[in-house]
Amino acid sequence: MRAPLLGELPALPLHEAGKYVAGAYIVVFVLVLIYVAIMALRLSRIERDLGELLELSARAPEHQTSGDEDLSARESTLAYPIEGHT
Amino acid sequence: MQSSSRHPAGSSLTKHRRGGDFGSYGRGLPALSMATVVAIALALALVFFYAPLEAEEGFLQKIFYIHVPLAIVALCGFVIGGLLAIQHLRTRDPKWDFRSYVAIHMSLIFALGALITGSIWARGSWGHWWVWSEPTLVSFLIVFLLYATYQPLRFSIEDPERQSRYASVFAITAGAFVPLNFIAVRLSSAYLHPRVLGSASNLPGPMRLTFLVSLGAISLLFVTLCKYELAAKHTRAQVRALRRRLAGEGVELPRRGRSAAPSATTIAAGRSGA
Repeated sequence: MRAPLLGELPALPLHEAGKYVAGAYIVVFVLVLIYVAIMALRLSRIERDLGELLELSARAPEHQTSGDEDLSARESTLAYPIEGHT
Repeated sequence: MQSSSRHPAGSSLTKHRRGGDFGSYGRGLPALSMATVVAIALALALVFFYAPLEAEEGFLQKIFYIHVPLAIVALCGFVIGGLLAIQHLRTRDPKWDFRSYVAIHMSLIFALGALITGSIWARGSWGHWWVWSEPTLVSFLIVFLLYATYQPLRFSIEDPERQSRYASVFAITAGAFVPLNFIAVRLSSAYLHPRVLGSASNLPGPMRLTFLVSLGAISLLFVTLCKYELAAKHTRAQVRALRRRLAGEGVELPRRGRSAAPSATTIAAGRSGA
């Protein structure tokens, strides 16, 4: 069953040259994978920081907004604009 | 520019949309990521199932479709980093330094990929991992090593303002060196390396199509990763700004380790001064 199926696939010359080609493509794949892993680490660090900030905000009620000012309005002033002037 | 005067950090901060996403750097990122995945899948399919085997090198020539686009995108990224640095020095707006930094950072990774895949190709084709007499290889290594000093340069300067200024000057100088280096190599008569840009139009149709799709896919990957990097650093900087605000006015929170990246404080300070 497997043999006819494989027979229909395009022939890839996986001999001497095959290992070099596979190596080159795997290197690029691994580089991207390492980058994704680093991004995951950064994300977890941001999550941890946000947790600390939540604790900090819970401990400092005087910094809480009052009246009609909601949290999202406060957040809007915290986002420094790297891109775009409004 | 609308700014808040409620807080030193906030004074430099413009309004973002309520319940905003990553900020402007994250906008369109999911669609871009999907486009990148599709483009890479298409490029791989074309490379292995459509492009014909090259007469001389045979299957080994398939490395061409990953190695050359990586090298081209990396070199273009270095030049773009230089152009963004010019914009930074012209406007003194830290966002350009931020973008220049990310473009160079990502180009360095792509250049590393180009060097490794080139070395593998050289081993398969010439029997050596590295050929010192080959001008294209050596010149690319020189460009890579030149840019490898960019991060240590930034890291060695503590003052954020000076750091961004010196880094921009470096990026412009090195960015100008890249095309000069490219031209010098092409003008040299003794070369063994396959001429890619000059002979791309001479490639057979399927090979040319495959090469162009691969180049597009790698370019998309570059743009996507740059946007991820920008969005991640932007988000981190926002968290730092929030931390500063919550800690109260006038309270300096210690930075967690030094970084070569443009700091949130720098960007915020630069913005308020702009």
